[in-house]
Amino acid sequence: MNFIDNPRKLHSFEKNIRVEKVSRRSILKGLGITGGFVLAAPVMSRQALAYETGAGKMPHGVVVDPRVFVAVAPDGTVTILAHRSEMGTGVRTSLPLIVAEEMEADWSRVKVQQAHGDEVKFGNQDTDGSRSTRHYLIPMRQIGASARIMLEQAAAKRWGVPATEVKAVNHEVVHSASGRKLGFGELAADAAKESVPAVEGLKLKDPKDFRYLGKGQVGIVDLHDITTGKARYGADVRLPGMKYAVIARPPVTGGKLVKFDPDAALKVPGVEKVMQVRGWPWPSKFQPLGGVAVIARNTGAAIKGRDALKLTWDDGANGKYDSVAYRKELEEASRKPGLVVRQEGDADAALKGADKVIVGEYYLPHLAHVSMEPPVAVADVKGDKAEIWAPVQSPGGTREDVAKTLGIPEGNVTVNVTLLGGGFGRKSKCDFALEAALLSKELGAPVKVQWTREDDVRHDFLHTVSVERIEAGLDKSGKVIAWRHRSVAPTIASTFAAGAKHEAAFELGMGLVDMPFEIANISCENPEAAAFTRIGWFRSVSNIPRAFAVQSMVGEIAAATGRDQKETLLALIGTPRIVKPAVKDMWNYGEPQDSYPIDTARLRKVVELVAEKGEWGRPVAKGHGLGIAVHRSFVSYIATIVEVAVDDKGKLTVPRVDTAIDCGTYVNPERIASQIEGAAIMGLSLAKYGEISFKDGKVEQKNFDDFQVIRIDESPAVTNVYIVPPGPDTPPSGVGEPGVPPFAPALMNAIFAATGKRIRSLPLGKQLEA
Amino acid sequence: MIKVKINGQEQSWDGDPDLPLLWFLRDEAGLTGTKYGCGQALCGACTVIVDKEAVRACITSINDVAGREVTTIEGLHPNGDHPVQKAWRQVNVPQCGFCQAGQIMQAAALLMDNPKPSHDQIREAMSGNICRCGCYQRIENAVHLASTGV
Repeated sequence: MNFIDNPRKLHSFEKNIRVEKVSRRSILKGLGITGGFVLAAPVMSRQALAYETGAGKMPHGVVVDPRVFVAVAPDGTVTILAHRSEMGTGVRTSLPLIVAEEMEADWSRVKVQQAHGDEVKFGNQDTDGSRSTRHYLIPMRQIGASARIMLEQAAAKRWGVPATEVKAVNHEVVHSASGRKLGFGELAADAAKESVPAVEGLKLKDPKDFRYLGKGQVGIVDLHDITTGKARYGADVRLPGMKYAVIARPPVTGGKLVKFDPDAALKVPGVEKVMQVRGWPWPSKFQPLGGVAVIARNTGAAIKGRDALKLTWDDGANGKYDSVAYRKELEEASRKPGLVVRQEGDADAALKGADKVIVGEYYLPHLAHVSMEPPVAVADVKGDKAEIWAPVQSPGGTREDVAKTLGIPEGNVTVNVTLLGGGFGRKSKCDFALEAALLSKELGAPVKVQWTREDDVRHDFLHTVSVERIEAGLDKSGKVIAWRHRSVAPTIASTFAAGAKHEAAFELGMGLVDMPFEIANISCENPEAAAFTRIGWFRSVSNIPRAFAVQSMVGEIAAATGRDQKETLLALIGTPRIVKPAVKDMWNYGEPQDSYPIDTARLRKVVELVAEKGEWGRPVAKGHGLGIAVHRSFVSYIATIVEVAVDDKGKLTVPRVDTAIDCGTYVNPERIASQIEGAAIMGLSLAKYGEISFKDGKVEQKNFDDFQVIRIDESPAVTNVYIVPPGPDTPPSGVGEPGVPPFAPALMNAIFAATGKRIRSLPLGKQLEA
Repeated sequence: MIKVKINGQEQSWDGDPDLPLLWFLRDEAGLTGTKYGCGQALCGACTVIVDKEAVRACITSINDVAGREVTTIEGLHPNGDHPVQKAWRQVNVPQCGFCQAGQIMQAAALLMDNPKPSHDQIREAMSGNICRCGCYQRIENAVHLASTGV
């Protein structure tokens, strides 16, 4: 049943403030209808909008209903729900801001309330894949427009004038003919009785009338709380009678506890109990690893107790995982043919007939997320009901997994989403919340499970390790006529199903098979690679090794042909066109190709923009060098220029970074800039230091001393960000992740320009000092 | 019984004297503005001011601060309007915000010691505080702004 055809009354806007307490089921029951408001298909027809997104295909799709997302109180306060998780991108501000814009609410009178995990009610909440603005710009505008129209209709009725004569302007509805005005608060009760306008045919604001969107003048809603210590993260949740737990987990993925001696732990002041935590065999998606928990009156005592435990483990089948040996296996696999995942022309023959073949084997080790807030969760399980407070990227998924793990109905699980102290993909896996739920159930009390930094580094769902081998065949004129790219990397699918050895379509689609260069003979291959630890999403995912390899190879081709990097890059991108790779089931970040094609005109544009603004080709001092790279990811286009300085001892500094991004229509350019500035830091961190290695199945690193990240004294002196102005109706695209991939290759191309050394193995480490 | 003044209020503790100040603040005193990031004084998320010095609460025991004055982010300014806090908001520094209390306390301690630090001095003084989101450019600019008048 389509609600559009069935206008009806619902509960009042005032009640809507407490909408989170009202279950979907009871609302529907009260109305005597069987359908829902969930629009599983794309939200509107092509006539209504210039583009479609993949939002409707996400689990639980999109909900466009002002009664779910907006409430107006009699005092005029407008409450807007944020249903996506805030981990630093600004989404908790940006999405409600879109609603406020469209409904003509005054932002200073808007309160943002975080939605709990309930995808039936709110639509998809899985905050990853750089999707929030891309999928919700239009739905949030529609929600705001619907609320505005309901307020306008209420005012028109009150005054007995046609609705066409009234207009909402900055938190009031105005009848200009008579000069009458009514505030949103005065209209709230009546507006709630109005029927919700049909989504199709909703008239959205003319962008030239925008007060907030695209302006970048609104600070994030949590800014004051963050600067005063009041902002509440997962780690900050405290409940009466809450116990603190720290867990010893198997040091090897898939390992098991043989025996433990709790005596020394129990002698630590403040420790109350030692108990086993259920573990699941590997792989089991996000289920806990198991181990031994120390329960205490505070976290300090729990940590001290945990460290005093005497534990014996059976390491199991992964106990031989060794990063040095495995790298050799990956390299060998990359030198032999593998599963062909894209084929155009005849790359074998063209490589054989080439005048020159350039070969690059690029290595990227495992990476850990190390968000500043390590995993942490609070659970309160009472009987067959569970309440969770956690910094999770996927509150809906967490709810589902908690229900399954405890064997209770999903409707009995409440997931409260706190602020996330960083996420980067780690917190889309809810293992820490499941641990808290299991412990709370057994203890019969609320429990906080705090991961230490060591736990975080040693038991992460790591970025995969990969060897990317590229062979580029050149003709006599230096033109690239053949391209063979073999990607060998354990797949994320291995975390979900034992024995998965080929990369999934979504991994292949991140810079391997969607490679945009205009080359006649292309072969992309994916030889097998087994996983020996938990592999997961890390900000930008497979785009990191792919952009590193492909864009480094561009630098190598430029060097081999004695040409400028930027000109070589543009020549490879070729003519402005829509690239349609010969790939079965091409994955395009879940988006339709029509709205989000691989558009080389846009790719060229960001290269040209960054070259112009970033003064490509400017003279630099001795020991300095410039490098450039471009990459399309999360359906956005990003180009970066890095300037490096390498002194005679091999010490690297980064005086300047310039980045141009084309992310289509955007909401908050100020937050886009902050994301890109941060992506440069994350890119520099992984390029310079990022490495998790295994020996005897165990992670060799433990904390920020041996898994280093960039600090302020080695950060780029300046990072400039340029945003391509969107064309009319250019669909919005990703921002959170796309900044990372081009950084490492731009850096390595710059290092080559400065020193003549080509770095093919990450991290850089001490390679310049040798 | 250990007595310590936190944000002007006397607090006492009769448990483990080795308990890190961080966990006393967060779990016993309920002052959760000070964050745990590493437990080894490597990241600075737990930075508080003891008397006039920035210290890492994760490796400072409650006993170490007996009889001393501890200031946390909650006590830096009654309305949250310390020049560093104001500058932070003006420059829109935070992304996720988790490390920011530690950054702000470190910056406040720096300005007590050196009211007009150079950019190099700012980078040196702030180098013990990690921000994984990478807000460093804005941190540097905000400390500079706080030192020149907000």
